[in-house]
Amino acid sequence: MRAVACVSRAAPLYLGVAILLTFTLFPFVWMGVTSLKTNAELYNIEANPFTIARGITLSHYAYLFAKTLYPRWYANTLLVASLSTVIAVVVSVLAAYALARLRLRGSEVLGTGIFAIYLVPTSLLFLPLSRVVVGLGLNDKLWSLVVTYPTFLIPFATWLLISYFRTIPRELEECAMVDGASRLYALVRIVLPVALPGLVTVTIFSFTLSWGELMYALTFISSSVQKTLSVGTVGELVRGDVFYWGELMAGGLLAAVPVAVLYAFLSEYYVAGLAAGAIK
Amino acid sequence: MSTKAAPAPRLLRSAGFWQTSREALAGYAMVGPAVLLLAGLVGVPILMALYLSLTNAQVGRPGVFIGLANFLALGRDSIFWATFWNALVFTGAAVSLKTVLGLAAALLLHQPLVGRQVYRGLVLLPWIIPTAFSTLGWWWMFDPLYSVINWTLIHLGVISRGLPWMAEPVLAKTAVVMVNTWRGLPFFAVGLLAGLAAIPRELYEAAQTDGAGPLARFRFITLPLLAPVLLTIILFSTIMTISDFNIVYVLTRGGPMNTTHMFATLAYQVGLVSGELGRGAAISLFIFPVLLVGVFLLLRVVRRSEVAGT
Repeated sequence: MRAVACVSRAAPLYLGVAILLTFTLFPFVWMGVTSLKTNAELYNIEANPFTIARGITLSHYAYLFAKTLYPRWYANTLLVASLSTVIAVVVSVLAAYALARLRLRGSEVLGTGIFAIYLVPTSLLFLPLSRVVVGLGLNDKLWSLVVTYPTFLIPFATWLLISYFRTIPRELEECAMVDGASRLYALVRIVLPVALPGLVTVTIFSFTLSWGELMYALTFISSSVQKTLSVGTVGELVRGDVFYWGELMAGGLLAAVPVAVLYAFLSEYYVAGLAAGAIK
Repeated sequence: MSTKAAPAPRLLRSAGFWQTSREALAGYAMVGPAVLLLAGLVGVPILMALYLSLTNAQVGRPGVFIGLANFLALGRDSIFWATFWNALVFTGAAVSLKTVLGLAAALLLHQPLVGRQVYRGLVLLPWIIPTAFSTLGWWWMFDPLYSVINWTLIHLGVISRGLPWMAEPVLAKTAVVMVNTWRGLPFFAVGLLAGLAAIPRELYEAAQTDGAGPLARFRFITLPLLAPVLLTIILFSTIMTISDFNIVYVLTRGGPMNTTHMFATLAYQVGLVSGELGRGAAISLFIFPVLLVGVFLLLRVVRRSEVAGT
């Protein structure tokens, strides 16, 4: 009796979970299914779209690598995302440490300012930035992204790291410095290892955000060879009226893989970042 | 970089003027790169946006000061007004949906279900995967001929003919709100889950012994205690939703007939595609008031929770 009552009580809950997961995961599943179908089946209105009747094909993936600049976009994205992340993390660690630890006049104002800047959307900045980028001579160069991406990464990274650094007891570094270590040494050898979870969180967020950024890439980059995955996939797999749907889905899915892998292994850090207000 | 300075004992501190100023110097040197980058590539562009909006600048041409002419022209522009209402309606609808569905999802995933951790992990995926890539999947799902949504609805007998998702303004707007909700729901769900976990169990137990039913417990315990988290999430989400570019750009490019633009996509189209930089800057500035209010309120919420020691 009790088991029956339990099942009948829990059944609607599991149904709810099933609906929720279908809603959240279906687009990804659908991209996967589409990317593996032959064109003949993909563009057959009569066919049941949920089945793959004529066998799976990797031709869409092959097309991406053989006939488009997709590999190049992948390499570009990897370069831009890695460099932006390194710059953002280094700059943020320094700033956050100074704001959290050192007696600085105006550190309160700076902290608030950084939080406010974190909320400034890129859509407010891209038009004037297109001028700045031209002025710096970086138009249509990957460096335009390496320079501008850290500006939307640093505020969040600094904000999050400040709160991590504040939880570390001051005595830890002071002991090291009594023993003659410099502040930089204390930061690198004492503080950073303790703040490792925060460091991992800001690193994966910085990487994820720059990996999928579209607006700046669309604005600053025009030639195909300089494109990143987001602009390349969105823009170059539609020729005139012809949509390469299989390639589009394959391209979108492959582009998402690095982020999905990071998430699979480091999901608790993503959740920690979310709790700290990582929203973009 | 080999400061041998131990933190000075209190008595010596006045004598240690040089030492303190060395610390301050080091501090400013450490904050310096961040401040320079943000001032140069966020602060200056904001000021430039304000100035550009008052000029007739075009891409590759400086332009001259024309006062409020851009804003007056926007006031007479029906596409701008459509965008203005879209911004309010899309944001209102999407944030409401995210709040309601996100709260429902959070309450659901808060239950002691088998495999709860796995569900929580999977639910977050739409928020983790960049929208530039995931919206491609939705784009294909709304394809006029091969839409899987249409196929399913037809075979369930809900509709007799496929819906022209991207050709009919109301449907295209629905699609944009749907994708936005899909993308933001995980953030609400997981954020609220953390809020739910922080509510002490004893409160519910006490309420139960006092005879409060599930609805009363939700109304008088869950909601009020969740309110600060909920408010923070709603403010964040409002700023992000109203300034969104990616979803509209990938899904509709503002079409059909410029009926689904948000400020960001219209600013892009006018400012860069058509090259009217000044006009585009004026459009993007309409995000600014929302941003200011959002920052003001968020700072208050954040301060209060800092004072409360959480």
